[in-house]
Amino acid sequence: MIFRPSLDPENVAQTHQTNPQIDAAQGQDSSNISRRTLLKVTALSGVGFAVGPFSSLGNASNSTGPAEIGHFVRIANDNSVTVVIKHLDKGQGVTTGLTAIVAEELDADWSQMRWEFAPADATRYNNLFWGPYQGTGGSTATANSWMQLRNAGAAARQMLVAAAAKTWGVPAAEITVSKGKVNHDSGKTASFGDLAELAGMEQAPAEPKLKDPSQFTLIGTNLPRIDSPEKTTGRAKYTIDIRRPGMLAAVMAHPPTFGATVKSLDSSQALAVPGVKEVVQTPRGVAVIADNYWAATQGRQALKIDWDDSKAETRSSDTLWQEYKALAAQPGGVARSDGNVEEALKTATKTVELEFEFPYLSHAPMEPMNCVVELRANECEIWTGSQLPTVDQHVVSKVTGLQPQQVKINTQFAGGSFGRRAVPDSDYVMEAALIAKLSKTNAPINLQWSREDDIKGGRYRPMAYHKFRAGIDDANNLTGWHQMIVSQSILRGTPFEGLITGPVDMVVTEGGATLPYHIPNLKVEAHEPKVGVPVLWWRSVGHTHNAYATEVFFDEVALAMGKDPVEFRLSLLKDHPRHAGVLKLAAEKANWGRKMPPNSSQGVAVHESFNSYVAEVAEVTLNENGTYKVNKVVCAVDCGIAITPDVIKAQMEGGIGYGLSATLGEKITLKNGQVEQSNFYDYFPLRINQMPDIEVHIVKSNAAPTGVGEPGTPPIGPAVANALRKLTKKPITVLPFGEVMKT
Amino acid sequence: MIEFTLNGKKVSWKGDPNMPLLWFVRDQQNLTGTKFGCGVALCGACTMHLNGSPIRSCSTPMSVLAGMSVTSIEGLDSAPAKAIQDAWQALDVVQCGYCQSGQVMSAVALLSQNPKPSDSDIDAAMQGNVCRCATYHRIRAAIHQAADSLAKEA
Repeated sequence: MIFRPSLDPENVAQTHQTNPQIDAAQGQDSSNISRRTLLKVTALSGVGFAVGPFSSLGNASNSTGPAEIGHFVRIANDNSVTVVIKHLDKGQGVTTGLTAIVAEELDADWSQMRWEFAPADATRYNNLFWGPYQGTGGSTATANSWMQLRNAGAAARQMLVAAAAKTWGVPAAEITVSKGKVNHDSGKTASFGDLAELAGMEQAPAEPKLKDPSQFTLIGTNLPRIDSPEKTTGRAKYTIDIRRPGMLAAVMAHPPTFGATVKSLDSSQALAVPGVKEVVQTPRGVAVIADNYWAATQGRQALKIDWDDSKAETRSSDTLWQEYKALAAQPGGVARSDGNVEEALKTATKTVELEFEFPYLSHAPMEPMNCVVELRANECEIWTGSQLPTVDQHVVSKVTGLQPQQVKINTQFAGGSFGRRAVPDSDYVMEAALIAKLSKTNAPINLQWSREDDIKGGRYRPMAYHKFRAGIDDANNLTGWHQMIVSQSILRGTPFEGLITGPVDMVVTEGGATLPYHIPNLKVEAHEPKVGVPVLWWRSVGHTHNAYATEVFFDEVALAMGKDPVEFRLSLLKDHPRHAGVLKLAAEKANWGRKMPPNSSQGVAVHESFNSYVAEVAEVTLNENGTYKVNKVVCAVDCGIAITPDVIKAQMEGGIGYGLSATLGEKITLKNGQVEQSNFYDYFPLRINQMPDIEVHIVKSNAAPTGVGEPGTPPIGPAVANALRKLTKKPITVLPFGEVMKT
Repeated sequence: MIEFTLNGKKVSWKGDPNMPLLWFVRDQQNLTGTKFGCGVALCGACTMHLNGSPIRSCSTPMSVLAGMSVTSIEGLDSAPAKAIQDAWQALDVVQCGYCQSGQVMSAVALLSQNPKPSDSDIDAAMQGNVCRCATYHRIRAAIHQAADSLAKEA
């Protein structure tokens, strides 16, 4: 996801027809009062004290007082330090990384650190890059929290020191803090827990003193993942594990084509299935409510539904490809134009052209979509792992008639997401709320999708068609580069449409329009075809296809010019030192250009996404029967200060695996509007035997940290394709390219 | 009525004999460590042990279980299990963690039957377990590490 600018809350409010009386300011006022109260109570009631970030304070004399006291760090008498995590952890490791930031500034001992997910409350827990929205995506969790949590940790540390100074009657300047102990030269020492109550009575500093990065003792070390023990033993709780008194299971029969509606419904046989309690028709399909999931699925099979597809999307993939190709021949919205590309191509002595086809892709996280809803008279309580809790609150508010702040969300671990759990219309959360609202059972509802619901249920990485032309002049210089993209917009028609500033959705062109290579005449155009298939950000979003297309085409151009792919890239990256830095590092560590064994080769790609820079060198072997193996990937990443290096490495490994999976075998296709795939027998995720050996190198940096959840994904496809290209002598332009090369 | 042993305890079921074991364990016994991923025995998230061998509980009907012994992740208690879970934590294998109960169950079964698996043994035993976070690289390393630690203890 790419939300970087501030978003307009009015936009969401209008889109979802939220009661205009409920605005952010009102919420903030009332909760400021409760926050100040909370601090006082918290400090005196024997549970320790709590501090929040001070980045939004302005100054200490601000009449509203410390705006966010108490909401990010809690220090208890039992010496535990709890960090409140405002982001969803769907595997990317923010529970470890964000906790480490606080521990560092606090000089805590890692063993005393705890964490918990924040409630849904954008007045306190908004993503600082997204304005008034709480949410996780676009690889922003660490980047937006960095200063917020450093300040919180540093403030808490200063309050502990001040409390110790008073208790011991010594100057604060003589006190040191190390590994969770507050110490004085005289030999006096105290734990955080010993000082917690006294520290809670101290004035929180308006501008806490932060460490110089050279003083970091935890950041940059290989801290263990804080969630490893519970996730290794089956104790970790996900949405599917929520149990509420009287809870009933629900499954939904979705329409077989996108946009179809129920024409007629016969639920008599479903209701006869033992355990089935109720059948509910909703705007999103027909729900079966039962004692348990198994009974609900049996009931769903017994439903008789006639669907009306007169307003549904009924085109097939073949038709869409024809229409996309026809569109590509027309001028599109111009996302970038440097120099005069038409002139450069006209005067070129050599031109290179390629076209690329990318299919729809399913996210297919291991935990199919699910949500538990408990609807009460004045409150709706939700358990789910969602990336956009603020949007969910507004959507559920609309469904239930409650106010958004009456929608309480208990965030759970998500069993993967890759963008799937960041839905602008909250599809699965909305669905659960609709069932709870329409059901006469008054029971808590546990909506669980099956894998088939997930694969067929939409929200795909959009199909994309790319067409390239490059011009080379008589002195063998690359003078012109033209890229045409045809792909559905993700942002249009959502509350986030206001982010689009140019003629085309930048999500379509990102990675293409931001091409870093110095080419004097460069133009990127795009069309946004209207298709009734719901699309969504899929790990690295537009970069998924743009990085592949640009980096494979770049190698084609380099080949036409007789240049080495690494050398040629570096020659055009003089203004982009961080791209060049990772490219050099990956090439050096992979021993780029060394003599390879027979039928083996190296391929390279470099790409920036979400302000992080990644280069990957893939090594492949092509067998005589046309099969091939990706043996090894050497990856270099520059994501600024590496807070938890091992988590960063894990994200690069996982990002590479996810990208490779799409490259090798993933594809969603349509036949008369119906999705042809349904489960892991026809939608093929990467398995262990296909996983290459991976080596990750992190560039040492003092820049502010940037995201790592997505940037590992874009370069792997083109790196592998570029390696295979050398062996097969043909560029690979249709994805996925499967496990056998046609030679 | 179907009677069998789950994690060393006698359990029984009078309901639908076609119901998969997974839902009995999760919904009736409220042991939620085992996860639902695909429902058709293709992802391994639901892996349990049946008389010591790995099975996909999402596709194992209750009707076949009479007199058998089932172990879910909650019931793991063996030297290979400890070695696997220790290695998993030492190498921080997990990411989202959702598939990891199944991965651990498959790995424990592998190590119980083959104390020194090769890479291709690991591929064969673990190919049925999908991890969308692609933690495969570390799963392989952790199985080797667990095998080494077991060998040292022996």
